[in-house]
Amino acid sequence: MAQVNYKELKKGGFMKQVQKDRFSLRIRLAGGQIEADQLKKVYEIAQRYGQGYVHLTSRQSIEIPFIKLADVDVVKQELAQAGLQPGACGPRVRTITACQGSTICPSGLIDTTELAKEFDQKYGGRELPHKFKLGITGCGNNCLKAEENDLGVKGGVKPNWLDSKCNFCGLCEAVCPTQAIKVQKSDKQLLFKDQECNYCGKCVKACPVEAWEGQSGFIVSFGGLFGKRIAVGKQLLPILFSKDNLHKVVEITLEFFKKHGKQSERFGNTLDRVGWELLKKELQEVK
Amino acid sequence: MSGEKADAFVDITDVVCPITFVKAKVAIEELEDGQILEIKMNEGEPIQNVPRSFKEEGHKVIGVENGGDGTYTVLVEKGGLE
Repeated sequence: MAQVNYKELKKGGFMKQVQKDRFSLRIRLAGGQIEADQLKKVYEIAQRYGQGYVHLTSRQSIEIPFIKLADVDVVKQELAQAGLQPGACGPRVRTITACQGSTICPSGLIDTTELAKEFDQKYGGRELPHKFKLGITGCGNNCLKAEENDLGVKGGVKPNWLDSKCNFCGLCEAVCPTQAIKVQKSDKQLLFKDQECNYCGKCVKACPVEAWEGQSGFIVSFGGLFGKRIAVGKQLLPILFSKDNLHKVVEITLEFFKKHGKQSERFGNTLDRVGWELLKKELQEVK
Repeated sequence: MSGEKADAFVDITDVVCPITFVKAKVAIEELEDGQILEIKMNEGEPIQNVPRSFKEEGHKVIGVENGGDGTYTVLVEKGGLE
């Protein structure tokens, strides 16, 4: 029998199971989305080549367990017919996770779905010293847990108050979680302490008269871990307003990890070892 | 409050999401455009979401008072954003 290259199979999304010559097939998805037609193909594969069930992974993907070694190639072809492919495992950029974002969720501040697809195209599966997780969450509610990722993105909005439109109702003060806004109704004054603002955008969303306008942006966190070691990702940069700059930041970060990371060392541990300042310095070129 | 007089009052401090908005919505349905509903609601989730939902339905918040006891009183003008 031909030599089985498990590493190659794993790279291609086939995870060796406890059972001999059986593999759990991970599907490459981004932002937890799959077309209904593709889901039908997943169903067919699970019925024909698996055991008639799927597993939903912890990172918004789908695995089809019990694929036989002999069926790997034909299953890949079947996936391709539906525009699907196996996902990434091993030391590389893993499934990009995202909440539904501003196109669906009333709280969303950025288009997370579009960004997840871009991230998947640009960075998905890229070879690195160890696994690398990218996650995108649309707002401060943080449903997608940005800070537990090696690099997390959170939607934010920088508010700007327009005196001429304000009706001084006081709703922004009531909804602001950091007490950054003080409305003085009697003398029609509003005090905004922007250094207290956490960019959650609640004032902008709540304002009944559009007196708060906001510029959407990306709050990036680095070095989060939620495996053997648990560490909260740190914000090293001010909020970014341009998507080009966000991509520059991701590129610099991945290159940094490639250069400084040791095999089987998670990014947060690399940063602890070589110093966070080193990454911060490299990120400074993004303006 | 804010010099505006309410035409109706509803207390939604005794219910939780999503009934908070449902109860407030039922109350505003009773009014004519331009009339004002006064709503007493809890801090936290209700003050975050109920006024925003009114905005989405075209009603305008014209005043908010912090009761200082974990509740807010909100004045909403029916159809004020249409």
